Amino acid sequence: MADFDQELDASGLNCPLPILRAKKTLNAMGSGQVLHVVATDPGSVKDFDAFAKQTGNELMESKEDGGKFHFLIKKG
Amino acid sequence: MEEKKLAIIATKGSLDWAYPPFILASTASALGYETQIFFTFYGLQLLKKKLALEVTPLGNPGMPMPMGMDKWFPVLGLTLPGMQGMMTSMMKKKMKDKGVASVEELRDLCQEAEVKLIACQMTVDLFDMNTSEFIDGIEYAGAAAFFEFAGESDICLYI
Repeated sequence: MADFDQELDASGLNCPLPILRAKKTLNAMGSGQVLHVVATDPGSVKDFDAFAKQTGNELMESKEDGGKFHFLIKKG
Repeated sequence: MEEKKLAIIATKGSLDWAYPPFILASTASALGYETQIFFTFYGLQLLKKKLALEVTPLGNPGMPMPMGMDKWFPVLGLTLPGMQGMMTSMMKKKMKDKGVASVEELRDLCQEAEVKLIACQMTVDLFDMNTSEFIDGIEYAGAAAFFEFAGESDICLYI
């Protein structure tokens, strides 16, 4: 997994909390910085994809590893 | 990107039906939508400072019941005193176990994200509701005010 600037652990949280927490964290970050989100909600895979498309942030990576979902989001 | 708009009418005052308006409004805000929720009739319960929302299995054949209760408790059993309170606490526990936010938390997130919460003035008058029981930061208006925003909205939902 590539480098990131900030990490958000959204494990155990269900829809829509992972997205809302990620949005809040991104608000405090600078353009071009990368956020690493860890989630356990299987619905978050499609949700982070849709979130990135609609907000102008880039979903650089999305993968499952050991029952957890990892997302790298570059702030647009 | 021009800001999109979401208008929601919230009409229901039960624990389960409290979720759709607040989940959709908070998520829409995170996606950059300008969002308003117009609370009318039983939906006004969702604006109380002290929420006393419950779920009821009555008239709701789609509600999953624990331990096959729906099989050996036909409809009459569901009307027993205390059944609604029991179903409500079971539902709240299940939500907590599954990492689902509380209604209060989602409502706070909506207010934080500047979702505009509007209480129907007619309903307040109709049920003699005490506005001091409602949370701060809400507005009171009528149908015409709703259309001013809804008429410009991209998505409009009646819940």
